[in-house]
Amino acid sequence: MLKPVNQKAWWLVLPVIICVAFSAILPLMTVVNYSVQDIISPERRVFVGTEWFVSVLRDEDLHAAMLRQLAYSFAVLAIEVPLGIALALAMPADGWRASATLVLVALSLLIPWNVVGTIWQIFGRSDIGLLGAALLAIGLDYSYTGNSTHAWLTVLAMDVWHWTPLVALLCYAGLRAIPEAFYQAARIDGASRLAVFRYIQLPKLRGVLMIAVLLRFMDSFMIYTEPFVLTGGGPGNATTFLSQYLTQKAVGQFDLGPAAAFSLIYFLIILLFCFVLYNWMQRVGTASAPATGDRGSA
Amino acid sequence: MKEARWRNVFLTIYLIFALLPIYWMVNMSFRTNDDILSSFSFFPKQLTWANYAVIFTDPAWYSGYINSLIYVAINMVISVTVALPAAYAFSRYRFLGDRHVFFWLLTNRMTPPAIFLLPFFQLYSTVGLMDTHLAVALAHLVFNVPLAVWILEGFMSGIPREIDETAYIDGYTFPRFFLTIFLPLIKAGIGVTAFFCFMFSWVELLLARTLTSVDAKPIVATMTRTVSASGMDWAVLAAAGVLTIVPGAIVIWFVRHYIAKGFAMGRV
Repeated sequence: MLKPVNQKAWWLVLPVIICVAFSAILPLMTVVNYSVQDIISPERRVFVGTEWFVSVLRDEDLHAAMLRQLAYSFAVLAIEVPLGIALALAMPADGWRASATLVLVALSLLIPWNVVGTIWQIFGRSDIGLLGAALLAIGLDYSYTGNSTHAWLTVLAMDVWHWTPLVALLCYAGLRAIPEAFYQAARIDGASRLAVFRYIQLPKLRGVLMIAVLLRFMDSFMIYTEPFVLTGGGPGNATTFLSQYLTQKAVGQFDLGPAAAFSLIYFLIILLFCFVLYNWMQRVGTASAPATGDRGSA
Repeated sequence: MKEARWRNVFLTIYLIFALLPIYWMVNMSFRTNDDILSSFSFFPKQLTWANYAVIFTDPAWYSGYINSLIYVAINMVISVTVALPAAYAFSRYRFLGDRHVFFWLLTNRMTPPAIFLLPFFQLYSTVGLMDTHLAVALAHLVFNVPLAVWILEGFMSGIPREIDETAYIDGYTFPRFFLTIFLPLIKAGIGVTAFFCFMFSWVELLLARTLTSVDAKPIVATMTRTVSASGMDWAVLAAAGVLTIVPGAIVIWFVRHYIAKGFAMGRV
């Protein structure tokens, strides 16, 4: 059943366009404007063409931040996706225990991001925090403010704690959509637990997993608040990721030109991933359309 | 049932990992600074409400909560109001460029706020909106409006189109149908949408911190600033943190049945 064509629907979308245009297109145009000029003072500005882009692309600090960012995003995916799947498989399917588990698991997603930072700041300190004290007790000289490896691992642990529930909830919803008949058939065939996972559950989870991977990749790619509160990007530059670096440039040093050029490059990278995500969701949406229809009429 | 046992063991371990850091902060919020720094214990020996009293009596602290609530509320109302008709259009009709507009909205949800930081700063200084609640509310529209459209569209698509058609045949005009028949049908969807708008505006720090200085300073900024100024008042910091979790924890209980669904659509 196809949706009817109706050009008047544009009027309904118009308010959204105006709102978002004011707060997205206008600023983006400003960024483009800055990225090609050298602003010496509000009255004196010089057109510099692509100079800022060239200098930003050659910036060693940026390369380092980019590498850290990529390493971080991949580490996040490598831990959170398997853990999320395992968690979804372990969660009870129905009854009050399912509700309770769901709420407890989802809790960390709804904590303000700076409070996530604060929680781990307290938790990880070796004088007053449980984690820090425990690590100290087993003989590790742990300090997230002094040692860059420790800082990096703490930020990673914090992200796993914060966002694994998202992957788990997505997979949980995906698992609940598998009809009981599939499992019955597998039992009759005498399939092992591993075979059930490999040939029934995993293929059915493909769609939601792809969404989870892309969402986690993009969100970790723009992480700012949590490391800002926990380590402030330090020690040194160990936890300075892209957003942090950009903010330092834009607000800290007021380097308008390079910051704007950097913003645009950053934006284009995100746009690329968005495009992939969007097309995936469209495909998943079409594939699960019959199921949505059933739910609607039930 | 060996497998079931392993499941429960794994689940229990994870839940401990998930709840321990939160518990630690709650624990700390009920202790005094001297107690925290001098002794190490798993539960407060002497329960004190003093830290919460500090927050509720010091304007520098509680005005942060009020400021946050004001801009979050403004943002939530604007987001849901403009998103409702748009989501209806996307879920019911095809029109020129619909997929492109939808994609464009999605990109705004995914854009790092850091990119908009600089222009927002300039734009709002020019119009004289700096350090007002409205500035933060408008800035947060960038990611909340697309999110609202996205979630609402999902809920609206679950309502069969026959309902619309029957109403139009019965002589309902569009506004009357929309307000009296359609909106009550997607009540749950509006609730979930409002919840996520609330949440994402509530948790955002970067824009809120940059666009405000004194009059509209949100609690998230108060937490990062006052703390360093007063020489790490861990107990009060912990109490402030606990209070920021409370709204989310209350609302999540009400929408628990829909949350999995909202996430399942990949729309959060």
